[in-house]
Amino acid sequence: MDQAAIIGVGMTKIEANKAGDTFADMVWEAVNKALDDAGMTINDVDNVVTTSNDFWDGRTISCMAVGDASGARHKNASCVEGDGTFGAFYGLTRALSGDYGTTLVTAHSKGSESISSLITNAAFDPIYERAIGMDMITACAMQATAYLDRTGTTPDQLAMVSVKNHGNAKQNPLAQLPMDLTVDDVLKSEMLSDPLHKLDCSPVSDGCCAIIIANQARASKYSGRPVWIKGVSFCSDSYFLGDRDLARAPSLAQAAQSAFAMAGIKDPATEIDVAELYDAFTYQELMWLEAMGLCEDGKAGSRLESGDFHRNGRLPVNPSGGLLSGHPVIAAGLIRIAEIVKQLRGEAGGYQIPDARRGVAQGVNGLCGQSHCVWVLDRDNQEKEIG
Amino acid sequence: MADTLADVEPMIYESQISVPYSWWAGDTASRFFRSLRDEKKIMGTKCAKCSRVYIPPRKVCPSCFSENPEWTEVSDQGVLQSFTIARRQLASLPEKVPVILGLIKLDGADTGLLHYLDEVDQKQLRIGMRVKAKFADNRSGGIRDIEYFRPAK
Repeated sequence: MDQAAIIGVGMTKIEANKAGDTFADMVWEAVNKALDDAGMTINDVDNVVTTSNDFWDGRTISCMAVGDASGARHKNASCVEGDGTFGAFYGLTRALSGDYGTTLVTAHSKGSESISSLITNAAFDPIYERAIGMDMITACAMQATAYLDRTGTTPDQLAMVSVKNHGNAKQNPLAQLPMDLTVDDVLKSEMLSDPLHKLDCSPVSDGCCAIIIANQARASKYSGRPVWIKGVSFCSDSYFLGDRDLARAPSLAQAAQSAFAMAGIKDPATEIDVAELYDAFTYQELMWLEAMGLCEDGKAGSRLESGDFHRNGRLPVNPSGGLLSGHPVIAAGLIRIAEIVKQLRGEAGGYQIPDARRGVAQGVNGLCGQSHCVWVLDRDNQEKEIG
Repeated sequence: MADTLADVEPMIYESQISVPYSWWAGDTASRFFRSLRDEKKIMGTKCAKCSRVYIPPRKVCPSCFSENPEWTEVSDQGVLQSFTIARRQLASLPEKVPVILGLIKLDGADTGLLHYLDEVDQKQLRIGMRVKAKFADNRSGGIRDIEYFRPAK
């Protein structure tokens, strides 16, 4: 099979409330940034995949409404409902199909315009579960309880994730919440739902991300520097929380194993230079690290304490500040991919990881990490083929 | 574009999405709810292949991708698999905080049921504790026909 690369990325600043931008304004900004970054015009885009969610957008068939700002008029346009990494997966398969040389992928949401607790409550089964009134925060708090109980990870260690990521965000001009925090600040912040304090949770955010994927024939045709896609996989767990072991993430383990194998990586813990993971809550960064084989099971908290995941550590995790520093739902996973592209090109400015060659990005869809999408990207195009 | 707002008040279009919607419960959930309402019995379905018992009952087994043809009654007691105490009045919560939410694996079932816990000292909450269902006095055929779970004596 052919190779493919990401040749352009564009992101808006992530903000609590982009009162000056409609959702289409955000998409317009991110798409044009991605085109400029790739050295392309909209005429060089062969097809478009938009990623959106009707509830978050407050309109039905939201994918059709976002087409104009994505330059999709009179082009083959399709859509994915879910995290942007899944839209990008679809975009990649289109670029690899041979029918399209380039795919523009967009993902956006404006959390500021709705009430996230009501929207995430609507993700629960309406017949058996919704009337109980759980939402993303309370469901993930329940998962955090199970993870802490199984692994012995402590609330202090969770707080350290928040301290690290908000601190990293100080170097990222696009981050919403750069902050100087102490573990004590996190532990003293409002307890939303045990064991998650306010500063254990990502904020409500507005933002958009766009990336351009090209097949091998087109990847070097424009001025944008390609970053090569070496392994991609996604995997889903059961829908009902009670059908799963909430303290583990077997679908992520499977997605990661398969993406790393595709990339020819045998020991991800030593072969990956930088990771951007889906830290919607502090415990998730640790839990995902373990499930992905980037750290021994149950040890992520203590490895974090010894500095392994800091910007100057063994495996820097979320040097951009992660979701904890800005979480536009839907766009959040695509932003992880774009951040890894910046790292591998050496364009991450104040949060650049020196000589980053290989990186991994992760996106999540569904409650408590039901479904995961893992991307392994490489600065160089080695001979090994995808698939 | 945000700088355009320096001397201009942002315009907001206030609205809401409100569309009546009726979910047919289906014959599997209907039977489950009828048993809760009329007999205070908790009924699960059992996979013909792996013998897992599903609560709440499903028509098919997500593990085996085959049908769950058999009905079986499970206990009104079980084990707390995980929990959280909601302390902020999040918009989705129909009850006043603090609200204790739990995942309960009933004896005889292989999966957990999301529900409330009450009549429990918050400090005594722990994974693995034994709990028992308290049925609502007025039952209308829904998941809240179980009012909550409380520590089993």
